Amino acid sequence: MIENIKSFLGSFFVTGDPMIYGADASIALASIGIVFYLTYFKKWKWLWDEWLTTVDHKKIGIMYIIAAILMLFRGGVDALLMRAQLIIPNNTFLTSQHYNEIFTTHGTIMIFFMAMPFIFGLMNIAVPLQIGARDVAFPFLNAVSFWLFFLAAMLFNISFVIGGSPDAGWTSYAPLAGLKLDPGVGENYYLIALQISGIGTLATGVNFLVTIFKMRAPGMTLFKMPMFTWSTLVTSIIVIFAFPVLTIALALMSIDRLFGAHFFTIEAGGSPMMWANLFWIWGHPEVYIVLIPVLGIFSEVISTFAHKTLFGYKAMVWSMIAISVLSFTTWLHHFFTMGNTAMVNSFFSISTMIIAIPTGVKIFNWLFTLNKGRIEFTTAMLWALAFIPNFTIGGITGVMLSLAPADYQYHNSYFLIAHFHNVLIAGTVFGVFAGLHYWWPKMFGHILNERLGKWAFWVFMISYNICFLPMYFIGLMGMTRRMYTFPSGLGWEPLNLIITLGAFGMGVGFLIMVWMIVYSAKYGKRDTTGDPWNGRTLEWATSSPAPEYNFAHIPQVETVDAFAHMKEKGTADSIYKAPFQAIHMPNDSGIPFILSVFFFIAGFGLVFEWYWMAIPGAIGIVVCMILRSFKDHDDHHHIPAEEVEQTERAAGRLS
Amino acid sequence: MSANNHELNKFPWKHVIGLALSLILTLLALWVVVSLSLPTVATLTIIVLLAICQAFIQLLMFMHINENHGRGYRILAIAFGFYIAAVVVYGSLWIMWFTV
Amino acid sequence: METTNHTPIEYSTEEGSNKILGFWVFLGAEIVLFSALFSVYLVLHSHTAGGPTSKDLFEVREFMIETFLLLISSFTCGLGTIELRRHNVKGLVAWLVITLLLGLGFVGMELNEFITYVTVEHATIQTSAFLSGFFVLVGTHGAHVSLGIVWMICVVIQLLRRGVTPVTARKAFIIGLYWHFLDVVWIFIFTAVYLTGLVL
Repeated sequence: MIENIKSFLGSFFVTGDPMIYGADASIALASIGIVFYLTYFKKWKWLWDEWLTTVDHKKIGIMYIIAAILMLFRGGVDALLMRAQLIIPNNTFLTSQHYNEIFTTHGTIMIFFMAMPFIFGLMNIAVPLQIGARDVAFPFLNAVSFWLFFLAAMLFNISFVIGGSPDAGWTSYAPLAGLKLDPGVGENYYLIALQISGIGTLATGVNFLVTIFKMRAPGMTLFKMPMFTWSTLVTSIIVIFAFPVLTIALALMSIDRLFGAHFFTIEAGGSPMMWANLFWIWGHPEVYIVLIPVLGIFSEVISTFAHKTLFGYKAMVWSMIAISVLSFTTWLHHFFTMGNTAMVNSFFSISTMIIAIPTGVKIFNWLFTLNKGRIEFTTAMLWALAFIPNFTIGGITGVMLSLAPADYQYHNSYFLIAHFHNVLIAGTVFGVFAGLHYWWPKMFGHILNERLGKWAFWVFMISYNICFLPMYFIGLMGMTRRMYTFPSGLGWEPLNLIITLGAFGMGVGFLIMVWMIVYSAKYGKRDTTGDPWNGRTLEWATSSPAPEYNFAHIPQVETVDAFAHMKEKGTADSIYKAPFQAIHMPNDSGIPFILSVFFFIAGFGLVFEWYWMAIPGAIGIVVCMILRSFKDHDDHHHIPAEEVEQTERAAGRLS
Repeated sequence: MSANNHELNKFPWKHVIGLALSLILTLLALWVVVSLSLPTVATLTIIVLLAICQAFIQLLMFMHINENHGRGYRILAIAFGFYIAAVVVYGSLWIMWFTV
Repeated sequence: METTNHTPIEYSTEEGSNKILGFWVFLGAEIVLFSALFSVYLVLHSHTAGGPTSKDLFEVREFMIETFLLLISSFTCGLGTIELRRHNVKGLVAWLVITLLLGLGFVGMELNEFITYVTVEHATIQTSAFLSGFFVLVGTHGAHVSLGIVWMICVVIQLLRRGVTPVTARKAFIIGLYWHFLDVVWIFIFTAVYLTGLVL
């Protein structure tokens, strides 16, 4: 009996590595610390009332961003561990198995649990404000989306200490990720956690599409929307039509692993390549899901700090729409080397080159917006300006990779690694940092410290180039991706050393940024006007942080850059003039959180194939949904006019 | 309320015709497969076209996709869905059958 | 095209019309979800690995009855929507209950089909890639229908308790859309799985 328990615990908890025990200890300490803090300061009720049950898009946005920054830290530590392993030849810092697990979790976390939630966080904060709405179309569903993402992220992360991490790469290619070659629970974590988080993502896509279609302020036609709202609209469309394919791919691989089916196996007629096909039908649009929103952020930031209307608004919009249509026709370029016919490879090679055109159009639009602008070099603007050259390098190497014959040379080498980090860091990461600086005052009512922000920018941006530019060369010298160590004598030592130094430099940049956030919370300049940047769009028309109901009166829109136009006309105060009226708002609800906890329980049960746990979890999910269905006949309340007046007065808006 | 609405008070011809058409098209497809011995490609093309006709019958006659109240966005969503579906099915078969 | 300017009750509130549009968008996503399953099935159709083929398994009589059950249920569900717009809760509930029964008949027949394959033909999800694709594609549709039945029961209960309100009307309309959509999917399963299975 005791032996049984011992052997169970030995396989349940990950053992044998001092780093894992360190992680165990720090997770336990952090959990105890949080529980102690909440109990000692009597914060449980506050946590439940203000955060866990909220349906307010601004609070949900903040929670997304906090979670994303935590995941950036986790994914970043993974990256630094990999680079520490590769600093010298024949290093034994990590075993091959540990290295496999770390590059898998690094990629998965950065894409699914860092980039997307960061972007969704910024969308949540900015989009309803930019279109003059009181909330998103489906506030309850918005909370469901967040909590599904958050608990899926937690499910994925506990694989590190319980059961073992996935180790077949973030692309999880079959047959390597199948049961035969990869027994154990690691891959199950990948499949189930991404499935749960994907449901939330799909719901977010539907939510924002309907919000933007139906909830715009009067007068705001589609072609008067701010560019970030446009980018969110286009992204939502891509999410809605790409994510179902991932859902299917993950479901089929789960059925293979849990129920012995033969979709992607090597026996009984299974087709491992079908996994690659499905994965990338979703995966290429996914690249645009994490790219297009930041193109919107850059448009806002560049237009605001060049103090000009965006150049070529219509060209911007149409190029995004073109990208959304074309992004579904290029997926095969991720597996040119799998032995496709020449016609297939040629088609996808050409379609990939075509999609570079609308992206190029956008680059020129930003350059022309800067032309003759009064440029103000704030931190947000620095990130946006750095994006242009750095991203263009990634874009051009992308066109190099799109040439199918040449791809046989670059494929799976560090050249590819350099390419997609050039696009994803200079695009997505610089973009969300720019957005964070830009919208921080709207979120918290104070401005992030510019001096520390600029330090973080320069350290991070320079280190990023030190880290990734050498990868192009070391890739051409023959170093392939996912090597856990390399022999000496190939001439790779100096470049690997430089890359590792660059990686740690980025880590320093991140730490400066964290310090900047802590410092600014204490000493940051308050934003009393609601409009710290002399902004052009409606989110700057309300106070900072925005009140629960966003706008006391829904603004009337006449032009693009609606708020800039209002300020010129002197009608900017129209949204907070007395008399006020009662405002209709959605009720908070605990169901989204509880529902997601049941998803976590069911998911954990499925990972371990413990049906005694998975089935009650699934029943809990269904019960929550039925409860919601029977309870949603009256889930709104009114904020009385007096309370609106008090809030506006407290924000200094009424004299 | 419904007195001024002509549509609501008459016999639901549209639905009856929709049902009749879908039953006829279904039987027609079965007949093409079972009783006609056309070449395989011709048979498959005909039955897929019949299925698409039936899908339109459902969308137009039963699901009211074409009525007012935000028609444009609704049709856009379904049309884009069909576009992606075509890309996924046709693209996957083209890639995975390794013929041309 | 209907030219009435009259707004039906399910569209009468902003929330109702937003949710209906949201559901249409979700159906757009469902089209893609099923298209992925169809492409997997069609790619794997010939990968029978020595096990039974589609010609060995499919019975014309069985799948025709399933098809008719579903086609007629889509019709009855559509009549329900007409009653909804007449604010006739009894008529609506009656048509929804008939739809439910037809749906149950369909699910029952499909279960029976699956059980026959597994027990008599020894054709399981583990036998071959073709059968994995078949069971998961047809089973996903069947799971959707089963979910639709549970959902429709919830809507019927709410209609009986509250009558036709903007909220219950929206729910009845949306479950109708869902039900018709499942019929659309079935038409393609009928074509691409069963009829094609007799040809190829």
